[in-house]
Amino acid sequence: MALIQTPSQTVGPFFAIGLPWSDGPDVVPNDTPGAFWIRGTVYDGAGEPVPDALVETWQADPSGRFDHPIDPRGRVAGFRGFGRSAADAEGRWGVRTVKPGSVPYTDGRAQAPHLVVTLMSRGLLDRVTTRIYFADEEAANATDPVLASVPADRRATLLAQPEGEGGYHIDLRIQGPGETVFFAV
Amino acid sequence: MTDALERLVLPRYPRPEDVHPPLDSPEYRSTSLRHPKEPLIAVPQTLSELTGPLLGPGRIGELDHDLTRQHAEEPQGQRIIVYGKVLESGGRPVPDTLIEIWQANAGGRYRHDGDQHPSPLDPHFTGLGRTVTDSEGNYKFITIQPGAYPWGNHPNAWRPAHIHFSLFGTSFTQRLVTQMYFPGDPLFPFDPIFNSVRDPKARERMIASFDLDTTVPDWALAYHWDIVLRGPDETPPDVD
Repeated sequence: MALIQTPSQTVGPFFAIGLPWSDGPDVVPNDTPGAFWIRGTVYDGAGEPVPDALVETWQADPSGRFDHPIDPRGRVAGFRGFGRSAADAEGRWGVRTVKPGSVPYTDGRAQAPHLVVTLMSRGLLDRVTTRIYFADEEAANATDPVLASVPADRRATLLAQPEGEGGYHIDLRIQGPGETVFFAV
Repeated sequence: MTDALERLVLPRYPRPEDVHPPLDSPEYRSTSLRHPKEPLIAVPQTLSELTGPLLGPGRIGELDHDLTRQHAEEPQGQRIIVYGKVLESGGRPVPDTLIEIWQANAGGRYRHDGDQHPSPLDPHFTGLGRTVTDSEGNYKFITIQPGAYPWGNHPNAWRPAHIHFSLFGTSFTQRLVTQMYFPGDPLFPFDPIFNSVRDPKARERMIASFDLDTTVPDWALAYHWDIVLRGPDETPPDVD
């Protein structure tokens, strides 16, 4: 008999007391060669920035592997892979990372490089999850099974676009025109 | 290829039904512009979702679990012990996992610029705690009983006293942020956040129980609260 799970509740407006870390945005150490920023803004259904949002990212290392014991290809010790960024007063967030390698789909096919993302905020009673892909990985994106399951006219909401200094930009729109694709994971 | 596929037979963490609150819960007004209107798209759980950050001892300091000893003097308020176990829904404990908490002070005021509730800040209370579960999934915090506080959701709206909890488990699918409530709070019937969880049995899961056996005479009351994360399906899927 399974135990009843503990329900989610909103992160509320005051999580900045506890959740931001000084090294939160550092998926990789800041002196990592080739590290770049992924930045964006969180918007609500009125198109207003969401200042009380928290964005968390999780990803494989450049070889597509994780620092985790269930990775059947072997654990990559020391690759944190996790980023946490509290939005600023203008709803802007960012994580500093490197491009992940390919992670196998459930049937062994290659997935395009991606991050999985948790978004929380005041007004969100449960986290929502999405993915970030890279717009300059056209060939890999074209055969990605998860992207293929997303209606073609909404795929662009999952693509981080290259911007200056080797970085990428992607906004997260909780609701409304251009609403980000969120997944039931 | 067969070998590779067999090695990729991994657990699945089925999504629970009727546990988590609906994102569109109009009684909690802030949900109106902050819930997706498009349906969520179902995706299978790949290694990206089945793995997750394993953040542990390196992230906590010696006094992070004791919110009453983080300043030169003790905070105002009723001293309490909050303890319990982190479990998966199948009953297995979750060891070595990071728990982060934050809360209001005894008067219901958060140490945050956005909190304008006219109740004083306590110079001896931050309201932030962190710990890591032990090898059997146990955790323990020492803190003070947080106060209820007013908020602007509707006229004369008050939040029942609560402590915010953040947990990771061992998989991206298990990430949970929630709130722990105290037994018998008279504000429960009026709180749209607590009642956003529709199933009364699931709501009960958010309420700690008073535990006389763990109280410390002449020093602190105690509350017991187990936290149940999503668990793996014990039957691996058929690869054929």
